[in-house]
Amino acid sequence: MPDRERIMKSIEVKNLVKTYGAAETAVHALKGVDLDVFEGELQLLVGASGSGKTTLVSIMGGILSATSGSCRIRGAETIGLGQKQLQKIRLDNIGFIFQGFNLFPALTARENVEVALDLKGFRGAEMRRRAGALLERVGLGAKLDAYPADLSGGQKQRVAIARALAGEPRIILADEPTAALDSFSGKLIMDLLQELAREKNRAVVVVTHDNRIFDYADRIVRIDDGRISERIMPEKGMAHHHGMMHTTFEPAAAV
Amino acid sequence: MASLALKNLFHDKIRLTVTLVGIVFSVVLSSIQLGLFVGFQRATSDILYFSNADLWIASKNVTHAEDGVPFSERKLYQALASPRVERIEKQIFQFTTWKKPDGADTGVLLVGFDLAGGMGAPWNITEGRIEDLNQPDAVMIEELYKDKLGVSRIGETVEIRGHRAKVVGFTRGIRSFTTSPPVFTSFKNAQNFFGLREDQTLFLVVKAKPGVDPESLKSELQSLMTDVDVYTRAEWTSKQRNYWMFGTGAGITVLIAAFLGLLVGVVVVAQTIYSATVDHIREYGTLKAMGASNFYLYRVIVTQAFLSGLIGYAVGMSVALLVSRISLEGTTAIILPKELVVGLFFLTILMCVGASVVSINKVTRIDPAMVFKG
Repeated sequence: MPDRERIMKSIEVKNLVKTYGAAETAVHALKGVDLDVFEGELQLLVGASGSGKTTLVSIMGGILSATSGSCRIRGAETIGLGQKQLQKIRLDNIGFIFQGFNLFPALTARENVEVALDLKGFRGAEMRRRAGALLERVGLGAKLDAYPADLSGGQKQRVAIARALAGEPRIILADEPTAALDSFSGKLIMDLLQELAREKNRAVVVVTHDNRIFDYADRIVRIDDGRISERIMPEKGMAHHHGMMHTTFEPAAAV
Repeated sequence: MASLALKNLFHDKIRLTVTLVGIVFSVVLSSIQLGLFVGFQRATSDILYFSNADLWIASKNVTHAEDGVPFSERKLYQALASPRVERIEKQIFQFTTWKKPDGADTGVLLVGFDLAGGMGAPWNITEGRIEDLNQPDAVMIEELYKDKLGVSRIGETVEIRGHRAKVVGFTRGIRSFTTSPPVFTSFKNAQNFFGLREDQTLFLVVKAKPGVDPESLKSELQSLMTDVDVYTRAEWTSKQRNYWMFGTGAGITVLIAAFLGLLVGVVVVAQTIYSATVDHIREYGTLKAMGASNFYLYRVIVTQAFLSGLIGYAVGMSVALLVSRISLEGTTAIILPKELVVGLFFLTILMCVGASVVSINKVTRIDPAMVFKG
C-alpha cells in the first residue's frame, strides 16, 4: 500500500500503554499498541468487551491520558498534554458519535447541533444556517425543530453525526454507532460515515461489535487483551475471514 | 449557552416546579420572619422614636424604657440650667394592669406625657382629640386592641391599677411588641394611676435648641447631674431594641427562624439543581468530550440557578408583600422595608448560585471518557 504513505496520517499511535490502578490491582488495558489512521479511511476497531477498544479510542480522542507511548493527532503529540490543551485539540480536530446518541432532550435537532457550533465559536444567523445545512446533509432537513423524543433511533444518530460534523473536524470517532439501531437505520448511518471518509476525506474510526458493518471498512483492526491481534484489509476478502462473520447491509458505495 | 440553560431549565416542568417551590418557600419564610423582626424591632421603640425628643434622662442603670425608677423632678430644673435646652418635659412609660368593663384583667403599657409640650404624644388619632386627655382619668387607646381591652367606643370606662379611667380617643397603627397594648394619657393622669408623688417622674425628655448637637448637650447634662443617665435618641431606642430583641431572646428566635428559612432554601435548591445536573451528566460529559471547557459548563449551571432564583424570588416576594400588606391590618406587623426587599433579592440569587456550586463540583469531576460507556 505505497499510496497510503503519501496520505496524511490523521492519528498515529506508537507503543501505547495504558494501565489503570497500580501494583497488585493494576489493570493493563493497552499493552503497546501501534496504529495509524489515515485521511479518507474508515477504520473499524473490533474486539471483545474489555479488550481495550474504548480505552484506545478515548486516548485517540484526547479525552484519556496514556501511561506511556505516543499518540499524534494530525501531527501533534497529545500524550503528556494538560486538560486545556487536550480540550483544544478535541475542539479543533475531532467529532464524536456515541452509541447512546447523548443528545440534549430539551433541545431541538437544530439546537443540538447549534450547541456544538457555539463551542466552535459560531454565533447568531451563521450558526443557525450551518446547523440547518448539517442536518440537511444527514437527511434531516424536515426535522430541524423536532425534539430527540420525537425522533427514531436512526434519526437521533443522524443528529449526532450532524453535531459531530460541526466545525468540519478532520477526524470522526464513533463508538458503537449502530448498536442501538435496526438494520435499515444502521445502514443509513454507515452510508453516511463511509461518505464522510471517501468523499469528504475524513478519517473515521468506528468502535463496533456489529458484524453487519464490516463490509464498510477500509481496514479492520482487532484488539484482544490490550494488543492488536489482527489487521485486515477489505480486499483480502474480510467477508469470509475467520472469526468475522458478517451478515447484512451492503454498503452503498460498494454497490 | 444561555439558550441551553434556559431550555434545560424549562424542559422538565416537574423538576422546575419543585425547585421553584423550594425557593418560593425559602423567600416567603425568610421575608416574613425578617419582616416580623423589623416589625417587632420598630414596635419596641416606635413610641420613643416618634416622641420627637432629643435626649432622655432616666434613673441610673435602667435596662430598658419600661424599667424606669421614679426620681425627683428637681432634675428638670437642673437640666434647664443649660442655655442650650429648649424645653424639658416629664414622662411616664410603664407596664401596668387594665381591668376591662367585664372585670377581666390584662396588661397595658401606659404612656404619660406632657400635653402642653407634646413629646411622647400619640400619632394617627382616628377618634377623639389630643386635648381630651386633659380630662381627669382620660386615656386614649389603639383601635387594633379594642377587643383585647374590652372597649368598643369613646366614653367607656375601665380601671387602671384600681383607678377609674375613661376612653376619650383612638389611635391607628401604634402596635405593641408584647401582649400589653399602649395606652396614652396625660402625665398628670399617669402620675395618679401610678400613685407617684407630685414631684416625681420616671423620665425627663429634652428638646435641644435648634442647631445644638444632641451629643454635646448630652455630655453637658450628664456633667450637671451625676445620679441619672442621659441618652440620645439613637442610644435610647437602641438600648430599648437590644433589650427586647436580644436581652429577652425574642429577636434571636425570629432571626433563627429566618436563617432556617434560608437554610431550607439552600438545601432544597442545591438538591434540585444537583439532581438536575446528575440527570444531564451524560450530556455535560458529551459537551466536555466535544471540547467544552469547565467554565462553559459552569455558566450553563449558574445561569440555570440564577434564573431559578429570579423566578422564585419574584413569586416568593410577591406572596410576602401580600402577607405584609394584610398584616398591617392586624396587631402583628410584618414590615418589609425597601432595603430588606432588595437585600433579599441578592441573598436569594446568592443562595441559588451558591447552591449550584455543589453541581459545579460534580461537573468538574466528569470524566469525559464516560460518554463512551454505553
